[in-house]
Amino acid sequence: MSSVNRETPPHGGRAGMKKDLPERFRDYRHVWVFIELERGEVHPVSFELLGEGRKLADKLGVELAGVVLGPTGEASWQAVAQAFAYGADLAYIVESPLLVDYRNEPFTKAMTDLVNSYKPEILLLGATMRGRDLAGSVATTLLTGLTADCTQLDVDPDGSLAATRPTFGGSLLCTIYTLNCRPQMATVRPRVMPLPQREEKPVGRVIQYKLSMLEDEIVTKVLAFLPDTQSVKANLAFADVVVAGGLGLGGAENLQVVTKLARTLGAEYGCSRPLVQKGWMPAERQIGQTGKTIRPKLYIAAGISGAIQHRVGVESADLIVAVNTDPNAPIFDFAHIGITTDAIRFLPALTEAFTRRLSPHSRDKLAS
Amino acid sequence: MHIIVCIKQVPDSAQIRVHPVTNTIMRQGVPTIINPYDLFALEAALSLRDIVGGEVTVLTMGPPMAEDALRKALTYGADRAVLLTDRFFAGSDTLATSFALSQAICKIAEAFGPPDMVFTGKQTIDGDTAQVGPGIAKRLGLLQLTYVAKIASLNLDAHEITVERRAEGGMQMLKTKFPCLITMLEGTNEIRRGSLDDALRAARSQIVKWSAADAGIEDLSKCGLRGSPTVVKRVFAPASRAVKAVQIDTADKLLRDLADELIAAIFARRPALEHELAFEGA
Repeated sequence: MSSVNRETPPHGGRAGMKKDLPERFRDYRHVWVFIELERGEVHPVSFELLGEGRKLADKLGVELAGVVLGPTGEASWQAVAQAFAYGADLAYIVESPLLVDYRNEPFTKAMTDLVNSYKPEILLLGATMRGRDLAGSVATTLLTGLTADCTQLDVDPDGSLAATRPTFGGSLLCTIYTLNCRPQMATVRPRVMPLPQREEKPVGRVIQYKLSMLEDEIVTKVLAFLPDTQSVKANLAFADVVVAGGLGLGGAENLQVVTKLARTLGAEYGCSRPLVQKGWMPAERQIGQTGKTIRPKLYIAAGISGAIQHRVGVESADLIVAVNTDPNAPIFDFAHIGITTDAIRFLPALTEAFTRRLSPHSRDKLAS
Repeated sequence: MHIIVCIKQVPDSAQIRVHPVTNTIMRQGVPTIINPYDLFALEAALSLRDIVGGEVTVLTMGPPMAEDALRKALTYGADRAVLLTDRFFAGSDTLATSFALSQAICKIAEAFGPPDMVFTGKQTIDGDTAQVGPGIAKRLGLLQLTYVAKIASLNLDAHEITVERRAEGGMQMLKTKFPCLITMLEGTNEIRRGSLDDALRAARSQIVKWSAADAGIEDLSKCGLRGSPTVVKRVFAPASRAVKAVQIDTADKLLRDLADELIAAIFARRPALEHELAFEGA
């Protein structure tokens, strides 16, 4: 999200305060990205963050590092190789049998020790459940600032991180600075930033670090991991086509106009936040700042007004079609095609029209 | 068992409006509610108390009007409510908030007995940071269990607790010791209706009100704006796209024709989509 409409009066007395970094933080340099390794695979959000981290590091004229905390052996080194492929200049690796499954205690210890030893100025983490669990602990341990769910990261002329995120329940945006502390920490939700180009590169400089902790010192034990069944996973984040409904649908009984259209298009379906709060759809179907961020080729929003909360989650779609009865709904400010009509009546007609257009007969025509 | 539940009074976000000219939040008349995520924490705590016995203390930091949220929590069956309120807390970010709340929890421990568990919601609907829970845990040295879907078992003698924790791609079964801090996942229970007795008791209960000094906070430099490493520099409304949505004219048209027109517009902009949809759709 770019550009500004209008500045509100300074928020509190310190807004105009000079960013004057205490002596002990002046040698904090370089940009770090936490490489989230889960069950042998790197979470894509880590690559997205490397893409953002690269830009910040280039602006600052510093290095970009990937931080891998994982089990001893191949999986962790694979993650290191991937960090280089997605733009890191160097990597920190902490290998330990204590870091096989995510647990707050050893991961917090590993990350805070690394930060205290090597002093990064910026530390980015994915706003996944793991990333948020870890970021909150690390920031509190280091007594530094942490900005959650950023939608835009930039560097000011004076070198400080400008972290922009939705505020007031997603109705406005704000830019947040971490004043007299380092590192400046921020989390970003999956799919908010684009995936950078992968480039096969040899593994560069790697700094190995030893976790100074014993299993006996860790109280929390992982008894089991129960993987989700496929049906639980709404694959919204990676769907090519998404249809979603909002309060304009009037009632839970009208959600079927959305699901039917989705089925016809082989699409995923979802909803805006109020529908989850009303219990009309489960939380994993929520699209927006506090739900899923999507980047589909086609997004059809039915009866969704388009609060910022929702907007930041869908803005990266290639083509946004909005159906809403209110011609002044904010969704028409960022949709590409708008149609001012009642979604409850219009979606069934649209489903039928798509069925006709995409019928086997037309399909043959297309294939030939 | 003594359980402390941290709650927050938030504006009902469904009813927030932004002033079209000044881009400022129009707070007047917006009703406040208990942060909906906190209700899952409160219910989990009340259920646990009902099974093993003990007391539930609800705690909030906020302006004097946050008393309403606490009284509401009492009607659900909480045993005691503490309001931490002081102008020194104004402008707190998550680090300063976790400091103030952790100090208040220490004071509650002194006054009413040490907590075995602290519950919070997974995040608030106004700040959406999910940082205050972990912050309190770290400051108090409590073991931290976030995104808990279910408390599977409890061993009171050994002080052991087993929970199901939501993680990426699955559920972790974790065993740890209490005292601990749990942030409760949404949708895991439903807040009770609360009995008539509770409603009557809530109406006449005295809410414990503490200032920073009452809560034993000596170092005010860790509170409010002064104690907050982050600062909000700018608040703004997002800019509109340079070009607004192309509106399809709906006047005097059959729904069917309108639908065909929309599909034509979609495929005109993204020709490749037609091919993909024809083979993906059912």
